[in-house]
Amino acid sequence: MTIKHMEEYRDAEISRGLVEKIRASSTRKIRLMEVCGTHTVSIFRSGIRSLLPDTISLLSGPGCPVCVTDQKEIDAFIALARFKDVILTTFGDLMRVPGTETSLQKEKAEGCDIRVVYSTMDAIDLAVKYPEKKIVFLGVGFETTAPTIAAAIQTAKQMNLNNFSVFSAHKTVPPALKALMSMENIRVDGFILPGHVSVIVGRDAYTPFFEQFRTPSVIAGFEPADILQAISLLVMQIETGSPELANAYGRAVTDKGNPTAERLLQDTFKIKDVAWRGLGVIPGSGMKINADLGAYDAERQFAIEIPASEDPKGCACGEILTGIKKPFECPLYKTRCTPMDPVGPCMVSGEGTCAAYYKYHG
Amino acid sequence: MCLAIPSKIVKIENGMATIDVDGVQRKTSLLLVEDAGIGDYVIVHAGFALHKIDEADAMESLRILKEAAAFVEKRGQDNIESS
Repeated sequence: MTIKHMEEYRDAEISRGLVEKIRASSTRKIRLMEVCGTHTVSIFRSGIRSLLPDTISLLSGPGCPVCVTDQKEIDAFIALARFKDVILTTFGDLMRVPGTETSLQKEKAEGCDIRVVYSTMDAIDLAVKYPEKKIVFLGVGFETTAPTIAAAIQTAKQMNLNNFSVFSAHKTVPPALKALMSMENIRVDGFILPGHVSVIVGRDAYTPFFEQFRTPSVIAGFEPADILQAISLLVMQIETGSPELANAYGRAVTDKGNPTAERLLQDTFKIKDVAWRGLGVIPGSGMKINADLGAYDAERQFAIEIPASEDPKGCACGEILTGIKKPFECPLYKTRCTPMDPVGPCMVSGEGTCAAYYKYHG
Repeated sequence: MCLAIPSKIVKIENGMATIDVDGVQRKTSLLLVEDAGIGDYVIVHAGFALHKIDEADAMESLRILKEAAAFVEKRGQDNIESS
């Protein structure tokens, strides 16, 4: 039999069986958190919440890369766009994120050359095509995206390109889980761990976090059946009082992760303490470009000056990213802040919690 | 956001693969995976293949899911048999 890796997991019988199992075994009121924008969207799109018993609350954690990007970094991206001869390249979801005064989309309308690309390799192509321009890529994302940007930097080095650089705002998930569980007012009984971050880092990368907090944790894939299976395993762990770090996405995630990608990350980035929106500075959670690759580091290549900034007034993004508040508990939600005219990043990105609530809850 | 659907490699040229998801084709770099070939399914993110899905692992995943999902049915049958 040839497996196509999609229809097989969409067999309604599997999901039905898993929902029944969860309903049969869940007795305690629990809060489960996913930390992956693709999980956020998959949970909404599939209507999983409506199938679960009242005992289970699903929260969205800091899993949307654009949403956790610090306001200062957004302002720095905008400042970069204004440099002469710069072509700024980015994935699409950053365009509308409001900085302190403006956004990349507004700057583009004002005449800055900002281009949305599908892959970092598209930015490399632009650097080849326009040798008189400086191509800057905005590196935002977790361990899933960072290796693709590292590959572009190493490719630029091999090609001796001298007009390509990256602003690295990459972040790593395991330190954020630690930071989250160390915060006051946080109650999470179990984690649905991100699928494709785990493809890169492997199950073992969460071991220090798990050993420290003993919070039930399950790596999950993205089909509804995958997510239901993770929820079912978490419920069992919690009900029986036997926390585990489990992998329910075995077809994609190994214990050790992707060694090629890990090597590339080590060759390209240095781990630093960086600020996350909603969580503050988290030790060892950022990836900045190694000093020996300084020629490809936009933070070294451009004298970026940004004035002091503040998160948007009244915006509860920080509390939403940590599961303390639900979107409808933010005074701006659906009043001043909508997907058409967003105030905070959680309403901008398609995988932001507020945008997902707006789209699927109405 | 991650493309959650595994993609099939239909062509490889200079380290770049052409992948197909339900008839939609795209170019993907193979820099981050070793030994992916034509016909393999890969997980793709932002223009890069991140992981080659091993057929045996996939079948095992599916078996585990089906077994987990069959739990209630089995238990139901046990109840009938024991009554």
